[in-house]
Amino acid sequence: MANNNNHAAAHAHAGNHGHDGHHDLESLRLMGFWIFLITDCILFGTLFATFAVLRENTAAGPTGSEMFEMAGIIAETFILLTSSFTSGLALLSMNRGDKKGLIGWLAVTAALGACFIGLELNEFVHLVHEGVTISTSAYWSAFYTLVSTHGIHVTIGLFWMIAIMIQLGRHGITPVTRRKVNVIGLYWHFLDVVWIFVFTVVYMLEVM
Amino acid sequence: MAQQHPHSHGSHGAHGESHEAHGSLKSYVIGYVLSLILTIIPIVFVLNDIVEGTAAVVLLFVTAILQFVVQLFFFMHLREESKPRWNLMTLLLGLMIVLIIVVGSIWIMLNNQVTY
Repeated sequence: MANNNNHAAAHAHAGNHGHDGHHDLESLRLMGFWIFLITDCILFGTLFATFAVLRENTAAGPTGSEMFEMAGIIAETFILLTSSFTSGLALLSMNRGDKKGLIGWLAVTAALGACFIGLELNEFVHLVHEGVTISTSAYWSAFYTLVSTHGIHVTIGLFWMIAIMIQLGRHGITPVTRRKVNVIGLYWHFLDVVWIFVFTVVYMLEVM
Repeated sequence: MAQQHPHSHGSHGAHGESHEAHGSLKSYVIGYVLSLILTIIPIVFVLNDIVEGTAAVVLLFVTAILQFVVQLFFFMHLREESKPRWNLMTLLLGLMIVLIIVVGSIWIMLNNQVTY
């Protein structure tokens, strides 16, 4: 059904686009990725619900507000936010046809993402070192599950972004690589949005 | 998310301005600055205990949701989507499911705690 409608839409715009079958297919793929992101929203929704329900269940052990070191968390937040912005700059470079700028901004985005993951791992190592692990209490189980699911998403995004940079280097900006850059951009913005809620619900509500 | 109309015919370039499909530097900069402000506000006000209790919770959620909207509009170009707005519809459906899951879970489980 979506396919038909997409065609209808494409025809409505035929004057603007002079579309071909390939273009339709690529925009349909982008749409499919958007639907995946929505289902990913639901995944994170369930993890947030679990965390919200279990947040009092610390089994008389350490609580988040005793353990969190906000300086690192705040740094992570600004780093991810900035990387979301730079992935947008990559998209702008692509729309100008600037391949070097595109790969460069993707590299900056990936580097910021790596900093984020580094800080997050550092936080986890610190927590485990202090004796707070995933099996400490229901609260910490929910915490590690939620935060590391986001972290794994970012890590996958990092490798994915590197793969796209390699493809761009080989094939240049084609309709296919163009769609791939659009997809990773959406994915990256989405991860930033999820982090905003992790930051708010997990960290800020806890330490306020 | 009208950026999904990639200008696969970039060489033509004629329709570049016909629809602002892929954002501009301006919209990204505005989005970034707004996001920064919406991140700094809760950090400054809540961590310094300028607002406390319910007011702090409200401030945290309002700034988070605003930032979500900023990202959707300025970074993900949801506002610029062309007519059959499938992306917006799937997003709204997804958000509805998320809200049911989150609010429903909290409601039921907190109720369990009260009555047990």
